[in-house]
Amino acid sequence: MSTPAKLDEKTWGELREIAARYPEARSGLLPMLHLVQSVEGRVTPEGIEACAEILGISAAEVNGVATFYTMYKRKPVGDYHVGVCTNTLCAVMGGDLIFERLKEHLDVGNDETTPEEDGRRSITLEHIECNAACDYAPVMMVNWEFMDNQTPESAVQVVDDLRAGAEVTSTRGPRLCTWREAERVLAGFPDDRADEGPTAGPASLAGLAIARENGWTSGADAGSDKGESK
Amino acid sequence: MSDTLTPVLTDNWDTERAWTLASYEERGGYAALDKAFAMAPDDVINAVKESGLRGRGGAGFPTGMKWGFIPQDNPKPKYLVVNADESEPGTCKDIPLMMASPHTLVEGVIVSSYAIRANTAFIYVRGEVLHVIRRLQRAVQEAYLAGHLGKNIHGSGYDLDLIVHAGAGAYICGEETALLEGLEGRRGQPRLRPPFPAVAGLYASPTVINNVESIASVPSIIVNGPSWFAGMGTEKSNGYGIFSLSGHVSTPGQYEAPLGITLRELIDLAGGMREGHELKFWTPGGSSTPLLTPEHLDVPLDFESVGAAGSMLGTRALQLFDETTCVVRAVLRWTEFYKHESCGKCTPCREGTWWLVQTLAKLEKGEGSEADLDLLLDQCDNILGRSFCALGDGATSPISSSIQHFRDEYLAHLTHGGCPFDPAASTAFSPVGAEA
Repeated sequence: MSTPAKLDEKTWGELREIAARYPEARSGLLPMLHLVQSVEGRVTPEGIEACAEILGISAAEVNGVATFYTMYKRKPVGDYHVGVCTNTLCAVMGGDLIFERLKEHLDVGNDETTPEEDGRRSITLEHIECNAACDYAPVMMVNWEFMDNQTPESAVQVVDDLRAGAEVTSTRGPRLCTWREAERVLAGFPDDRADEGPTAGPASLAGLAIARENGWTSGADAGSDKGESK
Repeated sequence: MSDTLTPVLTDNWDTERAWTLASYEERGGYAALDKAFAMAPDDVINAVKESGLRGRGGAGFPTGMKWGFIPQDNPKPKYLVVNADESEPGTCKDIPLMMASPHTLVEGVIVSSYAIRANTAFIYVRGEVLHVIRRLQRAVQEAYLAGHLGKNIHGSGYDLDLIVHAGAGAYICGEETALLEGLEGRRGQPRLRPPFPAVAGLYASPTVINNVESIASVPSIIVNGPSWFAGMGTEKSNGYGIFSLSGHVSTPGQYEAPLGITLRELIDLAGGMREGHELKFWTPGGSSTPLLTPEHLDVPLDFESVGAAGSMLGTRALQLFDETTCVVRAVLRWTEFYKHESCGKCTPCREGTWWLVQTLAKLEKGEGSEADLDLLLDQCDNILGRSFCALGDGATSPISSSIQHFRDEYLAHLTHGGCPFDPAASTAFSPVGAEA
């Protein structure tokens, strides 16, 4: 078996491990490409060849998949991927202004990365589509962690802290890891941060709080409203 | 008569560490398993049929009936696939559910898989929600260790494996057959139907695909009974659902209520529109559902009534926009989204969404002419009903509905020579919005 130089044996083993999770190996391709990104910082030709060899399909087929999904990147991604939602609702609520401010502040365009500098972390900036957090608009994602209810000023603060290497915590989640570490979790290799962060953010609890105040329930037998069925 | 709000799926979201197995079991979690295992699988299907549960992912197809389509005499394995690809603009209910209480979904997966006699199930979750994926991974791991998953669950003789699968960024994978393509390691392009997934789905085997909220509702139906569930809601739209309010409302968020609640009631609960402003237009169920206006505030939010009002209940993603919002800008942005997400398989959608953006962008800049409105409607006519899947249809909804309700605002862009609105005024941090 030919093993391309850049991917080590551990990675080859983990790629095979992903394929083995499924009734049919090819189902592993999406998480396998996430693993390639975690190791390589992008989808590389070596990574494509490795996936193709393990799954017994052509590199062209793997390439076809890798170019279809927007989370797969062909250019190197920085230490942190910052995505600003500019779909309609977030855009209207301020996402457009946040994205403009970050482009100016970081001096990069869409889908571009700040240069490598000594002592500074790099950031890839991208505008993204709806990320299912509209009740926290305008929303920014860092390595696909929620940064809720942003303003241009708060967004600038986040990217400045990230570049300086300071610890930044998701507004509704854990301490932020790097983009490569995030990609490894997406490949199905969990880190130890599931227990960090809250159960829910404030907006998620808006209706529940009103129900509690009024004593409203579903009349269900199970759960905390036990015995109050009507 | 049900209470105004009926927390079921959201009921434990204010519990500390609700995502853990210990917290979930403490409040009676996983009680539906033994109750279901004491029933024949067909009786579980019948209970879900009797409850009247209809798909919570937008289409509203009766869940029990979908399960009944699985040909049990087919010798191939059966599969359950949970559609956790929540990506329809405005929709934001499944993600907080899986973050706060992933075990609610896992319990639903076990009961539902038992009913359709699947021994392997998948949760296809969009990749862009890292912490939700962590919580799902952890919940599945905990469920295995506790014997809720794996071999001979609770001594019932029933086996189930559950795999959490992260997607990689593609709105189209919310379409169930495109999702199956993604889950098979291919480009996410929809498949021709028939055959329907119930007959030939994942790996050409009988497959049920259900939305997160549908599956998460199943344990409550088994524990409390179908008539409890059917006792909420309206005649043909039974039960409760999560209503997601976003945009220019005082308290955006998740409100779990019987189907049939009105937007007027929901806005009242949410403290009204942001102060000093009024509702201009809204989506009842995501950007693919035609826009409605304040004249529809009293429409019961159930499948039939919203349909009769000319839109669709969809995912109950209520995006609310006040008078500071330019409807043309809003519609152009949604259209750019559909163009970006069109998978390219069929010509009406691939080419049509591109032309829609060209025409709309010109109008938004105040260029073009009134005839471009007719051109837009003609383009919509060539996409709606002619596309391979519902993505193309959805792309036309905001355009045709906005021209119907706000034709004058399109024309104002032409007379004004561009957008007459100040984009800063609509923001959450605008001084206009804050001080008003």
